[in-house]
Amino acid sequence: MKVAKQPRYVNEEKCTACGVCAIYCPVSVPDPYDENLSHRKAIHISYTQAAPSSYAVDPNNCLFLNRQECKQCTRTCQAEAIDFDQRPEILSYDVGALILSPGFSSFNPSRSGSYNYPDSPNIVTGKEFERICCASGPYVGKILRPSDLKRPDKIAIIQCVGSRDKTSGNPYCSSVCCKYAVKDAIVALEHEPDLDITIFFMDMRMYGKGFDVFHERAKAGGVKFVRSRVSNIKENPETRNLALKYAAEDGSLREDTYNLVVLANGLEAPQGNSTLALATGTRLNRYGFCETSLFSPLDTSREGIFVAGAFQGPKAIPDSVIQAGGSAASAAELLTSARGTLVTEKEFPEERTDPDESPKIGVFVCHCGKNIGGVVDVHEVKKYAETLPDVVTVEDNLYSCSQDTQVLIRDTIIEHKLNRIVVAACTPRTHEPLFQDTNREAGLNKCLVEMVNIRDQCSWVHMHEKDAATRKAKDLIRMAVAKASLIEPLPEPIVKVSPKGMIIGGGLSGMTAALSLARQGFECYLIERSLELGGNLRHTYFTLEGPDPQEYLDQFIREVRNHDNIHLFSDASIEKIEGFVGNFKTVLSFGDAENRKRVEIEHGIIIIATGAKPFEPDEYLYGSHEKVLIQQTLEKKLALQEIDAGTLNHIVMIQCVGSRDETHRYCSSICCGQAIKNALKIKELNPETEVTILYRDVMTYGFNEDFYDLARDKGVMFIRYEPDQRPRVEDLDGKLRLTVRSPLMKEDLVLDPDLLVLSTAMVPHENRTLVEQLAVPLSSDQFFLESHAQLKPVDSYVDGIYLCGMAQFPKPIDERIAQAKAAASKAAILLAKGYVKTEPIVSSCNTDKCIGCGLCEYFCPYSAIRITKMGKLKKAEVISAACKGCGVCASYCPTRAIDMGRFTDDQITAQIRAFGEKH
Amino acid sequence: MVVGGGIAGIQASTDLADAGFYVYLVESSSAIGGVMAALDKTFPTNDCSI
Ligand SMILES: Cc1cc2nc3c(=O)[nH]c(=O)nc-3n(C[C@H](O)[C@H](O)[C@H](O)COP(=O)(O)OP(=O)(O)OC[C@H]3O[C@@H](n4cnc5c(N)ncnc54)[C@H](O)[C@@H]3O)c2cc1C
Ligand code: SF4
Ligand code: SF4
Repeated sequence: MKVAKQPRYVNEEKCTACGVCAIYCPVSVPDPYDENLSHRKAIHISYTQAAPSSYAVDPNNCLFLNRQECKQCTRTCQAEAIDFDQRPEILSYDVGALILSPGFSSFNPSRSGSYNYPDSPNIVTGKEFERICCASGPYVGKILRPSDLKRPDKIAIIQCVGSRDKTSGNPYCSSVCCKYAVKDAIVALEHEPDLDITIFFMDMRMYGKGFDVFHERAKAGGVKFVRSRVSNIKENPETRNLALKYAAEDGSLREDTYNLVVLANGLEAPQGNSTLALATGTRLNRYGFCETSLFSPLDTSREGIFVAGAFQGPKAIPDSVIQAGGSAASAAELLTSARGTLVTEKEFPEERTDPDESPKIGVFVCHCGKNIGGVVDVHEVKKYAETLPDVVTVEDNLYSCSQDTQVLIRDTIIEHKLNRIVVAACTPRTHEPLFQDTNREAGLNKCLVEMVNIRDQCSWVHMHEKDAATRKAKDLIRMAVAKASLIEPLPEPIVKVSPKGMIIGGGLSGMTAALSLARQGFECYLIERSLELGGNLRHTYFTLEGPDPQEYLDQFIREVRNHDNIHLFSDASIEKIEGFVGNFKTVLSFGDAENRKRVEIEHGIIIIATGAKPFEPDEYLYGSHEKVLIQQTLEKKLALQEIDAGTLNHIVMIQCVGSRDETHRYCSSICCGQAIKNALKIKELNPETEVTILYRDVMTYGFNEDFYDLARDKGVMFIRYEPDQRPRVEDLDGKLRLTVRSPLMKEDLVLDPDLLVLSTAMVPHENRTLVEQLAVPLSSDQFFLESHAQLKPVDSYVDGIYLCGMAQFPKPIDERIAQAKAAASKAAILLAKGYVKTEPIVSSCNTDKCIGCGLCEYFCPYSAIRITKMGKLKKAEVISAACKGCGVCASYCPTRAIDMGRFTDDQITAQIRAFGEKH
Repeated sequence: MVVGGGIAGIQASTDLADAGFYVYLVESSSAIGGVMAALDKTFPTNDCSI
């Protein structure tokens, strides 16, 4: 690969990101990071936490580079980091695989002439509004409008700007703008609870796990939703307010005035896409995104080159992260023989040990931009912390997580010979590992850091009570300091990982995950409870996108059955799962009833791929009238020619049956696509058959919007219904009669279909035994719960157990494949490493105090503590790698023999005592 | 080699590096992070995007 490296004119090794150069640089230009709503200097850093943490010279605006004058930066930089001798370089690399992840660019709304962008300053794009809301943004987190920096009391957000719009050149749906618009509305209301916000939309596409509830929350919070495409925006030149013209759903023309308008502009292919495609020899699709196919969503048209993120098609962060994991797995499959040959593990200085040293604590208080600093008086907190016992030094940082702050923390530890630190910032869930690493770099054990969350549980919840929040931050820090003086260095026990995987579920996701592990050289067991592999894919006969699912299914099954690394158990049930990350033992039984066999297998990881199934409703005469079917049945009957489309006059489909209502709150994501697929099939078989789809919002996100367009072109009728005015079905002497209230015409429509097809929810299987055996939590919708929706979308809450496919949430074929591969990627990291370090928070038993009563063994939910014989006595023994640190054992132990690492009784008591102390 | 250092590129790179491969991450701007780095809070978890 040849890469052109542009000079940054700053030596990254030397730059300390102190920012002095930018103070002296005389050239001020609009800051693209702030969407040009603020200014930066010609020498700049994109944002505080930027990596690499080094300034760069903007060659288009630098005086020296353009006119050979100035060089203020060179003169002021103490680190001598400025280097105007740098030149563009062409670097050459030999690589075994390439992943393309150049993202997307945003639609420029000036192309939609009628919206007056950018001529009216109070019409802003989605990204501009993100910056306006952001604490580190141009208005430091105050919601103001650009023209006069006044609060916009009335805000309109307009959806589908440059999306779903042939005139803009982008007929597809950008998939994320509905979600970010609802987020923006909710966030804006958090800032200013009495704002009047209206969202103008065509369909609210809040598909995907956890999104539809936000839609409901926004509605409950007072956000108005108007189903309409705004035709025109006019600015009043005096007030700079904006008049929106739109047609209401009943056809009446309306006009309304707003102080600020946000255009939820869509996502386009990234700039430079053609150059990149040319340079890499890969093909683009009809919209300039990377060309992929339904069953190979991570493969570009050229072998060895993969794609991830929004370049594959507009998508939100969780999907981008999933795809990235998936493409990493694809690359790893290719490069298996090179694994481990070029890398070394990061080394840390030896840990300082001085057990008798008295506590010397450093406290680091974070502003988190305005997240904390906008509510809590950080300077007062800092002064207060300096008065606390054992505290040697206190620093406050704009962003404690930035790279330069890590250097500062490390240097402060060394300079003041600190032996414990307290970081008062955000959540340890995302940030503790960072500060632990910084500790290690300063020669301290990773356990000698105590994090206290003054954001989630303080500044966020007390946003409107600044004084109380400041007092609470002080309380929390006093408590943390009291605990910190008792914390101790702890070892991280190392546990070996058995290099095999077990995958539960032999559908598309399970097979994909198994194949990826197998291709990466790991043996795995694939467990399927039925006789056949394939799951839902077995009942998929055609696809919207074209590829024949049965053909792919056969290919998958063949490869799974023939791969030496895959041991398939079908007709199998899991009887017992024991053990912990790296060391699971599972007992299975399999084979027919007479010849049922049992085996015990050992494996290091588990991937859950148990899928989901279509919901069987008890409404709309389903089950009692033979002409009422669910979509899956229709598909099968069409494919097997059990239904003759030629004889059908009219088919009606009802969407959201059992989705987005009291039965299941979520949108099942795939039923709209499935309905359109079947509608198109019917139209293909017999163009005369009338097809009517009764819907709430059509969720054909991404490029599938094309098929929605196609269906309308082919004459498929779409009629919307309100959730509180559902269609009614009657059986009139065997004939179906449907009545539906059309919000468009404000009247009841009566339909007499030959067939009524219900698009029912996808629901999780009832897997209660399995859930108990795995001891992994479910989300409120009963799908398996991922440990972080955005950044850890395939990790369960239990180490070594991963999730994928519809067991995690309903999703279409390409997303299932990507997620299965992402799970395989994460699993392979563990299997390849061969060991895990267990967290020091585990329980430990003081055998002198233990009386061997066995209460802990009885109560531990993870079988992580057991009673063993020690000489003549019975004593509790902890299996560290299985322990999750929940503390159940410690709370039951009658003799207080058990202590939890980093949460000992003494430490917690000290913390509670400190709470009661006066400040 | 990973081309583009947004959230997707970063994730792909860290996965591969953790799995024992040497990775070149190529980014055209002066810092990695892509669009996510400029977002205020992100759905569905409402975490700060940094
Ligand atoms: C206004 C707005 C709000 C959003 N809010 C949310 C939200 O709340 N939740 C959510 O989940 N998603 C949200 N999204 C979507 C989210 O931004 C994307 O899912 C995510 O950024 C995609 O990541 P990516 O890595 O694919 O692309 P990008 O973030 O675009 O990153 C691509 C990177 O590649 C670099 N690059 C491009 N071309 C090249 C090249 N040729 N060589 C080298 N480098 C290159 C770019 O400089 C960039 O750094 C939002 C999007 C917008 C526009
Ligand atoms: S329907 Fe699609 S294109 Fe339109 S705003 Fe919603 S997500 Fe964006
Ligand atoms: S802390 Fe929890 S998991 Fe660990 S041994 Fe005790 S009860 Fe079991």
